[in-house]
Amino acid sequence: MTLSSSTLLTSAAEGGHHSVPVVEAMSPDGVFSLLWLVIALPLAGAVVLLVGGRLTDRWGHWLGTATVTGSFVLSVVMFVQLLGRDDAERQIGQHLWDWFAVGDFQVGMDLLYDPLSALFLLLITGVSALIHLYSVGYMEHDPRRRRFFGYLNLFVAAMLMLVLAADYVGVFLGWEGVGLASYLLIGFWQHKPSAAAAAKKAFVINRVGDIGMSLAIMLMFVTFGTTAFAGVSAAAGDATESTMTAIGLLLLLGACGKSAQVPLQAWLLDAMEGPTPVSALIHAATMVTAGVYLVTRSNFVFENAPVAQTAVVVVACVTLLWGAVIGCAKDDIKKVLAGSTMSQIGYMMLAAGLGPAGYAFAIFHLVTHGFFKANMFLGAGSVMHGTGDDVNMRHYGALRKAMPVTFLTFAMGYLAIIGFPGFSGFWSKDKIIEAAVAENYLVGAAALLGAGVTAFYMTRLMLMTFFTKERWEPEVHPHESPKVMTVPLVVLAALSVLGGVLLLGDWVTTWLTPVVGEVEHHELPVPVIVLTGIVVVVVALGVGLAVLLVGRREVPREAPQDVSFVTRAARSDLYGDAINDGLVVRPGGVLVRGLVATDARGVDGVVEGGAGLVGALSSVLRRTQNGYVRTYALSVLGGAVILVLAMVAVTW
Amino acid sequence: MLTVLIAVPLLGAVLTLLAGRVGIDARSVAIGFAVGTLGLGVAVAALYDYGDAGMQLTQSVEWIGVLGAHYAVGVDGLALVMVMLTVVLVPVVLVAEWHTGEIQHVPGQGEPDGAAPRAAEKGRSASFFAWVLGLEAAALAVFLATDVFLFYVVFEATLIPAYFLVGGFGGAGRAKAATKFLVYQLAGGLVMLASVVGLYVVSAESGPPSYLIGDLAALDIGVEAGRWLFLGFFVAFAVKAPLFPLHTWLADTTAAATPGTSVLLICILDKIGTYGMIRFCLGIFPEASVWATPVVVTLALVSIVYGALLAIGQDDLLRLVGLTSLSHFGFIVLGIFVLTEQGHTGAILYMVNHGVATAALFLVAGFAIRRSGTASIRAMGGMEKTAPVLAGLFLVAGMATLGLPGLAPFVSEFLVMVAAFDYAWYVGAVAVTGIVLAAIYVLWAYQRTMTGPAKGELVRTGDLDRREIGVMVPLVVALVGFGFFPSVLTDVIEPVTGTVIDHVVDGGGEPDDGPVVPAADVQADTQAEGGQR
Repeated sequence: MTLSSSTLLTSAAEGGHHSVPVVEAMSPDGVFSLLWLVIALPLAGAVVLLVGGRLTDRWGHWLGTATVTGSFVLSVVMFVQLLGRDDAERQIGQHLWDWFAVGDFQVGMDLLYDPLSALFLLLITGVSALIHLYSVGYMEHDPRRRRFFGYLNLFVAAMLMLVLAADYVGVFLGWEGVGLASYLLIGFWQHKPSAAAAAKKAFVINRVGDIGMSLAIMLMFVTFGTTAFAGVSAAAGDATESTMTAIGLLLLLGACGKSAQVPLQAWLLDAMEGPTPVSALIHAATMVTAGVYLVTRSNFVFENAPVAQTAVVVVACVTLLWGAVIGCAKDDIKKVLAGSTMSQIGYMMLAAGLGPAGYAFAIFHLVTHGFFKANMFLGAGSVMHGTGDDVNMRHYGALRKAMPVTFLTFAMGYLAIIGFPGFSGFWSKDKIIEAAVAENYLVGAAALLGAGVTAFYMTRLMLMTFFTKERWEPEVHPHESPKVMTVPLVVLAALSVLGGVLLLGDWVTTWLTPVVGEVEHHELPVPVIVLTGIVVVVVALGVGLAVLLVGRREVPREAPQDVSFVTRAARSDLYGDAINDGLVVRPGGVLVRGLVATDARGVDGVVEGGAGLVGALSSVLRRTQNGYVRTYALSVLGGAVILVLAMVAVTW
Repeated sequence: MLTVLIAVPLLGAVLTLLAGRVGIDARSVAIGFAVGTLGLGVAVAALYDYGDAGMQLTQSVEWIGVLGAHYAVGVDGLALVMVMLTVVLVPVVLVAEWHTGEIQHVPGQGEPDGAAPRAAEKGRSASFFAWVLGLEAAALAVFLATDVFLFYVVFEATLIPAYFLVGGFGGAGRAKAATKFLVYQLAGGLVMLASVVGLYVVSAESGPPSYLIGDLAALDIGVEAGRWLFLGFFVAFAVKAPLFPLHTWLADTTAAATPGTSVLLICILDKIGTYGMIRFCLGIFPEASVWATPVVVTLALVSIVYGALLAIGQDDLLRLVGLTSLSHFGFIVLGIFVLTEQGHTGAILYMVNHGVATAALFLVAGFAIRRSGTASIRAMGGMEKTAPVLAGLFLVAGMATLGLPGLAPFVSEFLVMVAAFDYAWYVGAVAVTGIVLAAIYVLWAYQRTMTGPAKGELVRTGDLDRREIGVMVPLVVALVGFGFFPSVLTDVIEPVTGTVIDHVVDGGGEPDDGPVVPAADVQADTQAEGGQR
C-alpha cells in the first residue's frame, strides 16, 4: 500500500554528519501516568464552562483559573521527577487509545513527555495560569467573561495536546484546536465587524499553512508507513533527500501559518482585535511559537533535508526584519508588540533553521520571549485598562507617574527584549546572533540589524507611553490596575529579568540534548566577547536614535501624513494585505462569481436544455405542466415495457 | 427482521395519514413509529455479528421467477451504518420539522405565535410526516436490498415521497425545484434501467437468470459489456450523489425544500449514489471500475473544488449548505475510486459523518432562517447577540463541515486524502485545497450571518427553544464521539471494504498500489479536466 516505499527508502543519508536522536519512549510510571490529566483538566474546564451556560457565570472564571493552575502544578511535579532521571530515561510515552486504525494507517492517541515537551508544559501552563488570573480583573466588566474563560481553557487544552502528542496527526489535532480557540478569541467581541473579519482571516490563512501540514503528514505516511515520531525519526535517515526536503518544506509552510512567518504573516496584526490577555497568551507567548516547536520537534526531518533548513533560515531572516520594520511605524501599542512578536519568532525560527547549533537556543529564546512578551502585552493591557481602552500611543505620554507598577514591570520586559546585558533576552538573543554569525555572515548581519531595529521601536514605544508629555484627553484619568492584574505583571517581570538562568552551566542545551542531539560548536571569526560587544553597541545605537527622534521632540497627537515612502509602507504592514488582495482575494472573488454565473447558465443549461437523454426528457416533462405523477407513472410504465420486451427478445 | 424494519415505517406512514383524517394527533403517531424504527435498527445492530464480513440476517424469496428477481434483503457493515444513519436522522428531522405544514413558509411573513393550526393545516402536517416515514421505508429498502431488480424498484420508489416533500412543503419556487429534481433523478433512473435490463441479458445467457448481487458478482460479464453496464449504473449514481457535472438540481432543491427535507435528501437519499457505486459498480463490474478510475477521480476532484467555490459565492444559506455537499460527495467518490482500503473505509465513514454534520448544518440553518425570515445571507447578521446558542451550534456544525480535527468528519476526510495522496500525490494535493475552501465558505457564512451588528427585522426573536436544542444534541454528541472514537464505525466498515477491494483487485486484474495511472490516461485526464473548465 505504501507507495513505492522501496524506491523512496533507498539508503541515502549514509554516513550522516551527526547522529539525530530517535524518539523511543518508555512507559509511564508514578506521576507520569497522570500525563493525560494535564490536558484533561483544562479540557474539562472548557466543557463545563461552555456547556454549563449561565449556571457557571458566578464562579466560572475561578474554575477556569483553577484547572490551568492544576495543570501547572502537575507539570512542575513531573518536571522535577524528570530532572531526577538519567538522560536515557527522559522520554515517557503514554498510550491512551487507538484513535484511528484503518488498514496500515494506525494513529494512536499517544502522548510523549520528554525534555522538550516538559519545558513547553511549564511555559504554557505557567504563563496561562498568570494570564487567567490577570483576566479575572481585565474582563471583570464583560458580561461574557465566563465564555472567555471557557475559550481560554479550550486553548490551553489544545496547546498542551499540540506539544504532548507523539504523532503528527495528534499534533495536528492540537494545531487545529489552537486555531479554533484563536479564532474564537480574536473574534470574541464579534459584534465588532473588524474583530469577526480578523478572526476569519487568521483561520483561513492558517488553513493555507495546514495544506502544508496535511501534505507533510500524508507524505510521511506514504514514505514511512507511519506518522508517529518514533517511527519517522527511526526511518528518517533512510529516505531520499528529496523526500525529506519535500516533507521539510511542507512542514515549514505549516509553521509559517501558525507562527506568522512571511508569507503567511498577514493575520497576526489583525489578531490584535482580540482582548489583550489573548494577545499575550496566544499571539505572543504560546500558540505562535508552535511553528518553532514543530521545526525543533521535527529535527530528524530537517537534519536530513539541508535545503529545507536553508529555507527556514531565509524565511526567518525575512520575517525578523519584516516584523521589526512594521513595529517602527505603528502607533497602536498592541500592533507594535505584534510586529515585535513576528520579529522575535523570526529569531527563534532562524535558530531552529541552523540545526543542532541552534535548536536549544531557539527554545531558550522561545521561553524567555514567552516571559517578557506576555509581560509587555499584559502591561499594555493594563495601560489600556487605565486609559479607557485607548490603544493609540499618541494619546499616552508620561504614564509612569500614574501607573508605577505597570511602568516598572513593563520596563523589565523592555530591557529584556532589547537585550540589555544581564536580562533574559540578552542571553537568549545573543546566543542566536552568535550561531547566525558562525553560520553565515549575511544571516548574522540580518540578525544583528534586527537587534538594532528592535531597540529602536521598543524605545519609541517606551518613550511615547511612559515618558514624553501627557497627551490624554482631559476626561481620561489614568490609574493603576487592580492587584489581580498587577501581581501577574510582577511575576512575569521577575521572570523577564531572571530567565537567563536557564543558560547557567549550559543547562538548557544539555537538557535538550536527548531531543535534538549534541550542540555543534562553530568557530566564530571574532572572540565571543567582541561579538557581544558589537551587539550591545548596535542596540545602544537603536536606543539612541529613538531618544533623538522621539524623546527629544514633540509627539503629535495625530500621526503625521507627509511621511516617507518607507514609513507609509511600514504603516500598511509592508503591503502584506495588498499583496494578498491583489494575488488571491480579488482574483478569487472574480473566479467565484464567474463560476456561480456559469453554473447557473452554462453547466445547468447544458445539462438541462442540451442534447441527450436528460435534456430531451426534461423538455418532454416541461410541456406537461401538470400531472407530474402521471408522467412519472408513464415513464415507469415505459421502463417496464422496455424491460419486458428485452426479456422476450432474449428468452425467445 | 429486516423486512419488519422496512415495513414498520411504511405502516407508520399509512397510519399517520389515517390518524390525520380521524383527528388523532398525527405527529405523535409518526414520532412513535420513527422511534420504533430506531429501536428496530438498534436491534439489528445488536443481532449483527461484527466478526462476519458477509451478508447477514438475510431473507430471500423468489419474486418474479422468469426475470430471476427476488425479494432479497440482507445487511453487511456498509448497509448497517447506512441503516443506522437513516433511523437516527428520521426522528431528528421529524422533531426539527414539528411545525412544518402548519403554516406556510413565506419569507418576510411572521408566524403568528400561538395561533391554533387549522384543520386543513393539520392534514398537511400529517401528510408531511407520512411522506417522511414513507421515504424512510424506501431508503431502508434500498440499503438492505440484495437483489438488483428489487434495488431498482425501491430506488425509483424513493422519488415519490421525495418529490412530494420537496414540492409540497418548501419555500418559493418549490414546484419548479421539485420538477427539476424529479427529472434529473428519473433520467438517471432510466439510464440505470437500461443497465438493469442488460444485466438480465448477460445473466440469462449463462444459465437461469438471477438478479441476486451475489450471483451477478460471480458472473463473467465480459469487458465491453461490463463497461457499458457499469456506465448505466454509474451515471444514475452520479446524478444521485451528485457528481459534477450532474449536480445542478442540488442547490435548487435544497434552496426550495424545507431544511428537514434537505436533510433526508442530501444526508440519506444521496448516499444511495455512493452506496450504489460501492455495492454495484465495484461489486458487479470490478474491471470497468478500474477502467473508469482516472475519469471518475478527475470528476471527483472537480466536484471538490468546484462545489466549494460555488458555495463560497452563494447568498442563499440553504443553497450554500447544499453546494458544500457537492464538494463532500467529491471526497466520498474520490475515496471510493482510489480503490484502496483506507480510501474505502474513509469514504464509507465519510458517508456517515457527512450525514450527521450536514444534517446539523441544515437544521441549524433552518433555525436561523425561522428567526430571520429569509435565507439570504446578505439580509442576516449579528444573530450571535440574540441567539448565542444558535450561533454556537452553527459554529460546531460548521467546524465539523470544514473538517476540524476532534470532530467526526476530519477522520474520514483525512483518510480519503491520505488514500488519494497514496494513489497519486497530485490528486492528494488538489483534494487538500478543499480544506482551505471549506474554511472560507463556513467562516464567511458565519461571519455574515452571526457576527457584526444585528441586521433586519427578526420575525422571531430569542434563542433556540428546548425542542430545537434537543434536536441538535444527538448530532453534536455523534460529531464529537465519532471524532475521537471513530473505531466504533470503522470496525464495522473495515471487513466489508476488505472484501470489496479484494474483489475489485482480483476482478480488475490491476493492482492498486501506487499511482496506477498510465501515461496515456493521465493525458486523457488533463484533457477532460480542461474541457470541463
